Amino acid sequence: MVNSCAVLHSCLERIERLNSKINAFVHFEKENPLGQKGTRPIAIKDNISVKDELTTCASKILEGYRPPYDATVIKKLKEKGYILMGKTNMDEFAFGSSCETSCYGPVRNPWDLKRIPGGSSGGSAAAVAADLVPMALGSDTGGSIRQPAALSGVVGMKPTYGRVSRYGLIAFASSLDQIGPITSNVADCAELLGVISGYDGLDSTSADIPVPDYTKALVKNIKGMKIGVPKEYFPEDGLDKDVKEALLEAKNIFKGLEASLVEISLPHTKYAVSCYYIIAPAEASSNLARYDGVQYGLREEAVRMVDMYAKTRTAGFGEEAKRRILLGTYALSSGYYEAYYLKAMRVRTMIKNDFSEAFKSCDVILTPTSPTPAFKIGERADDPLKMYLSDIFTIPANLAGIPGISIPCGFSGNNLPIGLQLLGKPFEEETLIRLAYAFEQNTEFHKRKPNL
Amino acid sequence: MKAYETVIGLEVHAQLATESKVFCGCSTKFAQAPNASTCPVCLGLPGALPVLNKKAFSLAVKTALALDCKIETLIKFDRKNYYYPDLPKNYQISQYDRPLGRDGFSEVFIKGEKKRIGIKRVHLEEDAGKLVHSPGKDTSLVDFNRTGCPLLEIVSEPDMREPLEAYEYLVAIKAILRYLGVSDCNMEEGSLRCDANISVRQKGEKRLGVKAEVKNMNSFKAVKEALVYESKRHREALENGDRILQETRLWNADKGITISMRSKEEAEDYRYFPEPDLVPFTVEKEKIEEIKKCLPELPKAKKDRIARDYKLNEYDAGLLVREVEIADFFEAASKSCGKPKQVANWLLGDISAFLNAAGIPIGKAALKPEHLAQLVSLIESGRISGKIAKEILPNVINKGISPAEIVKNENLSQIQDGKKLSVVIEKVIAENEKSVKDYKGGKEEAIRFLVGQAMKATGGKANPQKVNELLKEKLKG
Ligand SMILES: [Zn+2]
Repeated sequence: MVNSCAVLHSCLERIERLNSKINAFVHFEKENPLGQKGTRPIAIKDNISVKDELTTCASKILEGYRPPYDATVIKKLKEKGYILMGKTNMDEFAFGSSCETSCYGPVRNPWDLKRIPGGSSGGSAAAVAADLVPMALGSDTGGSIRQPAALSGVVGMKPTYGRVSRYGLIAFASSLDQIGPITSNVADCAELLGVISGYDGLDSTSADIPVPDYTKALVKNIKGMKIGVPKEYFPEDGLDKDVKEALLEAKNIFKGLEASLVEISLPHTKYAVSCYYIIAPAEASSNLARYDGVQYGLREEAVRMVDMYAKTRTAGFGEEAKRRILLGTYALSSGYYEAYYLKAMRVRTMIKNDFSEAFKSCDVILTPTSPTPAFKIGERADDPLKMYLSDIFTIPANLAGIPGISIPCGFSGNNLPIGLQLLGKPFEEETLIRLAYAFEQNTEFHKRKPNL
Repeated sequence: MKAYETVIGLEVHAQLATESKVFCGCSTKFAQAPNASTCPVCLGLPGALPVLNKKAFSLAVKTALALDCKIETLIKFDRKNYYYPDLPKNYQISQYDRPLGRDGFSEVFIKGEKKRIGIKRVHLEEDAGKLVHSPGKDTSLVDFNRTGCPLLEIVSEPDMREPLEAYEYLVAIKAILRYLGVSDCNMEEGSLRCDANISVRQKGEKRLGVKAEVKNMNSFKAVKEALVYESKRHREALENGDRILQETRLWNADKGITISMRSKEEAEDYRYFPEPDLVPFTVEKEKIEEIKKCLPELPKAKKDRIARDYKLNEYDAGLLVREVEIADFFEAASKSCGKPKQVANWLLGDISAFLNAAGIPIGKAALKPEHLAQLVSLIESGRISGKIAKEILPNVINKGISPAEIVKNENLSQIQDGKKLSVVIEKVIAENEKSVKDYKGGKEEAIRFLVGQAMKATGGKANPQKVNELLKEKLKG
């Protein structure tokens, strides 16, 4: 039986024609999409396990690895009639904000092929932006769904930590990772979030809280809702002029929809990036220890076991992965643990408390998703610190475990998408969807398409 | 030689007797085909996540309570990071700064003296796999069947002062684990493992000497021997003014020596940090009390009760309670015949010796408590002699035939009948003139030889008491 779904055929045609230009997909399913049942084509980030399909985190060290099991989200998608189209490109092990660290080469932004699509879920965001698929799954550890969604002009949501099972998601930083939808509109986001959410006995960190029908939140009325605007997220310097203007306009649109804006403060925001770059690499250094050439993936032979480890890991990991493994190993080492890891954990609690405090006076928080629109490929590749600052506005939500969504809210002078971010209270994704939908339905940004 | 003091602390690892592994659903059964009992979780495949086995956790708490530990109310796990091919994630999920139990103790008897050995900590962790070295090849294979089996680590304080104390401590810990039914405690199969820390210092010195960690001992006897060896090695080194290195040493049972494995300088930094894949949880005080209430009678309490109720000395009672099966056997047999002292003697003497030699645990022997009770009754009533009892014992133990039946079938009842005995005795007197003369001449002990002759003539069936009486009577005249 050949699947005759029209959307599927249009996706296949566009992938065939455009993928070589943007490099969004890195593996296509062994099980041809035409042989699958269902009506909803979807792309999967290459760090989510699909049984018997290549799942490599865009890293040479996982060369040829095919998981013997499905991630919980994949099981759910298969049950609900989604057609798995293939695996999307990403920064190696999700370490990056530009998709330049992939072993398969960079992803190109459909709006400007000389630019990055954002990262690490850049392949998923670019695939949706270029209409290769209507929706995709990404993962977000410090902004890896929201930042590429903003830079590629699509919708991306990081759910509350624990909302979606991480079982089968190849870990970057276990206490921060969360799988989420990347879609071309808010309604699809609501639908997909409903499918992948829910308690999972296989993930001890998943929350046993009922999943509401998110499509019920697709209403245009947001009258009287309180939107907090944190002054720390609108710095005088460090925010691109076009981004600043787009956000100003977005505030006016919300006001026009009779929501009220309140100024709030998240005083510990300035420590978020440093705090994140201790905790995330620390967990990553341990999570990535298993790639040693013993059981699966790349193995560089050597006579002595330690040499096999060293040769395999030297050959298998890229520069950024090595940098983060070193950072994390250092932060956990005896003599430094207290000063770095424990201190970062304390700061994390303060950041979390900032949000709890702020949510006493508002329903959601509005911020820019990224300080700048998409930058050029290679522009920040040699400056990790500058690269790390791309996630300055998205990182705090991961540290606090709260949900966040990025939606298109404008374009720069050179026709690059700009996104706004809404942050919500834990497990109140509905509120985010409601505000995002109202904004989307009253603007035209999501209708503009890249010219490919 | 100066006066030295040995200081020993032990780390015991016991595999908990759960059906499934500690963080996944795989079976913990032994002797399966290599890697048959594995799944994405215990293989550490990318993306797989651990889920705590509640049974393993409650067995761990039970043990900690039995060792008089304080129970941690906030339970968390940590990652211990190190590289080894039998550890598929290259980190072990363990407990670091908040072990589930701490500050407990265990009691041992050393030369009749009671001694308390402190328990520093009790924690739950996952086991590693096994490397199989292929002979003649320069490759090794990994078997992950054991990976992820629940392990309980019990760390003592450095409270032991000689190898014998370490041995007795292990016996006591094993008894407790067996009483609780939380572990098979089989050292050969690796369900019980022990590493020892040993150092020697001058008597009166407060600080500890430089310690050696001794590994690879696969029986309690090996632990004792290795510690005797190490204690001697340290003393000699101190006496000669040699520097003692802080190092890990392996016991070589064949050669009876320890060999240096690695020095502390190469020791690893395990980079412990909280396991983010498992959520810390609190254990309610009531829950702990509930588990406490359900604890079975433990060796110490059982020993005190048996000594009191059956009027035995503490030493014998202590020996009886080392294995719960022996204690239960003792109680059943004693109740049935009303002669606890005799039951204890048989149980700790001939029966234990026989079972140990045959390598049969008492629970698996055909011998039942009723059999021992009957045997004791037969002796006490004078129907059989102790000698006959010893002779028929192997058949009772091996085949489970009742002693009364053996006595009846083999016609082994004691000859009590005076007439029958008189005939035998007269014959003995007639055939042993010299001894008779000696006896009559005042050599009292000559009677023992004559009794022996009468016993021999009846194939041991004569009642020696009676023979003695009759002989004396006849020789009077
Ligand atoms: Zn398993």
